[in-house]
Amino acid sequence: MKNEKLVLGGQEFTSRFILGSGKFSLELVKACIEKAGAEIITLALRRVNEGGLANILDYIPKNITLLPNTSGARNAEEAIRIARLSREVGYGNFVKLEVIRDSKYLLPDNYETIKATEVLSKEGFVVMPYMYPDLNVARALVDAGAACIMPLAAPIGSNKGLSAKEFIQILIDEIDLPIIVDAGIGRPSQACEAMEMGADAVMANTAIATAGDVAVMAEAFKKAIEAGRSAYLSGMGRVIHKGASASSPLTGFLQ
Amino acid sequence: MEHFNESILNDEILANLKKDRIDHMTYLPGMEVLESDTMRKVLEAMETYDYHHYTESDIMRALEKEVLSTEDFGALLSPAAAPLLEQIAQKAQFETRKHFGNNIYMFTPIYISNYCANYCIYCGFNCHNTIKRAKLTEQEIEKEMKTISETGLQEILILTGESRAKSDVTYIGEACKIARKYFKVIGLEIYPLNADEYAYLHKCGADYVTVFQETYNSDKYETLHLGGQKRIFPYRINAQERALKGGMRGVGFAALLGLDDFRKDAFATGYHAYILQKKYPHAEIAFSCPRLRPIINNDKINAMDVHERELLQVVCAYRLFMPFSNITISTRECARVRDNMVNIAATKISAGVSTGIGEHVKDVESKGDEQFEISDGRSVEEVYNTLLKNNLQPVMSDSIYVS
Repeated sequence: MKNEKLVLGGQEFTSRFILGSGKFSLELVKACIEKAGAEIITLALRRVNEGGLANILDYIPKNITLLPNTSGARNAEEAIRIARLSREVGYGNFVKLEVIRDSKYLLPDNYETIKATEVLSKEGFVVMPYMYPDLNVARALVDAGAACIMPLAAPIGSNKGLSAKEFIQILIDEIDLPIIVDAGIGRPSQACEAMEMGADAVMANTAIATAGDVAVMAEAFKKAIEAGRSAYLSGMGRVIHKGASASSPLTGFLQ
Repeated sequence: MEHFNESILNDEILANLKKDRIDHMTYLPGMEVLESDTMRKVLEAMETYDYHHYTESDIMRALEKEVLSTEDFGALLSPAAAPLLEQIAQKAQFETRKHFGNNIYMFTPIYISNYCANYCIYCGFNCHNTIKRAKLTEQEIEKEMKTISETGLQEILILTGESRAKSDVTYIGEACKIARKYFKVIGLEIYPLNADEYAYLHKCGADYVTVFQETYNSDKYETLHLGGQKRIFPYRINAQERALKGGMRGVGFAALLGLDDFRKDAFATGYHAYILQKKYPHAEIAFSCPRLRPIINNDKINAMDVHERELLQVVCAYRLFMPFSNITISTRECARVRDNMVNIAATKISAGVSTGIGEHVKDVESKGDEQFEISDGRSVEEVYNTLLKNNLQPVMSDSIYVS
């Protein structure tokens, strides 16, 4: 299989690692992007502080694509407002749609996410919706004009890895848009596994932010994601399950 | 009475304590009565909470869990947890990093008026305390806010003394509108309001409301709040719920540690937040952990048995019980304690603080005395640089006003 580029909103990306930016020191953002080889980094609009102290934009190299998110939005209406605000101030057409009305687990609200996707995609946004992996919802998001689907692997920040593996696999198998696994990935091996499954990209933040050496962990993720992608493209080897291979052929009787 | 903090008392208060007082459990005219079982649930849980029956193994079990039950929370606040404070702090730090990374949010309070109609015997603003009273004009509020914003802060907490007559809702609303020009995030720490009034202030720009319950022991509450609207215990305890009904994004909870049995009060505070978050899952939850401080005309007031170890225990228990909540550490604590608290479990720190009126700008005419003595007078720049030095990331704004 050929390693085609990741295409989002008509833009091509070589890297399949999207870097979240919410949880680590701004001083480390640049080194992290470099080590991760990332071309896309998320940007929480609520954190932007143009011209002021601790403004994340001052730390992101200009050639990196900003992926503004709608964190803080509790319903479709608020997400739409935040996305529009983001475009008005000049952060481009990309939007990582996050609609969360649960402060405890921070699980995405799929219903509101579909509603917001519909409105924003009509307005020309490249909508990248964060969602709970549900095939029906993913189909509705496709119909609503999403540019990709971003299913969570596990609760955000949990570092638990592919808790929702079976359901993400279904999305990979059934949905024609890029599937970007977001949230819950705790270690490079899990990112690698997601890529082996056929995910188109992985997004991570907490796993890197809470590492001893943030930049080195960013690099480890990069390598894992590349390895997983290569494995997927190579056509995964035959896996022999216990007792799955009969010694004499079952079809030998056929004339 | 058990757990009475004698450092608060003086002859005048003792004389006043003997006088007749209105029933603190009966709403006054104009106070919205919420159909809610919150108060009953909180008081029942506190009543049955017996912190003496926990053992070390209860604490160990709680530390191994990912999601803590109220029983676990009770265990962490118990005396049996004290010898395990180091392990508790380690786990609290782990949870804090998991949910917040190394982000620490910065803000400052602005006191716009210190007129007060309440008689809370431990508070510097109480209407019987002889202090210099003042209320900022709108022009002065603007001047002060502009000056504060020049320090780089993007979040402001607007405070008033509790006087509906002197600082009415419209006045506070105007302060919010001015704040919108200079800040991204606006919080309120004012007297409790009805839901429609919270809705009005939300429309004016405020997203967060903090109300200190002071103590959840209503009998003790009655002996500490001798007069004024604040005396009405149920109206205060339901304030957060009315604020959420009014559309506020988040609500803050606190017991003033040192007024009563701090373990029971901390338990009730956490449980109060817990049941409201269950009822309003979108609500952002915050805790403050104030300890009693000296005030003008009584420099002896102290937090009784709540020493630094106990304070840390409470803070860590809040963190482990509700790991996603914000915890603010106030300037009632000294720099050493605050710097360490944000390294362990607190996520929010004020800087450049004055609890007086008109203290941010020299040529503001209205000057009023402070609510309590602060212990950390560091500027925004100093706190900011200290956070960086300690490998923490100062964050100026973490919310966006959308409606």
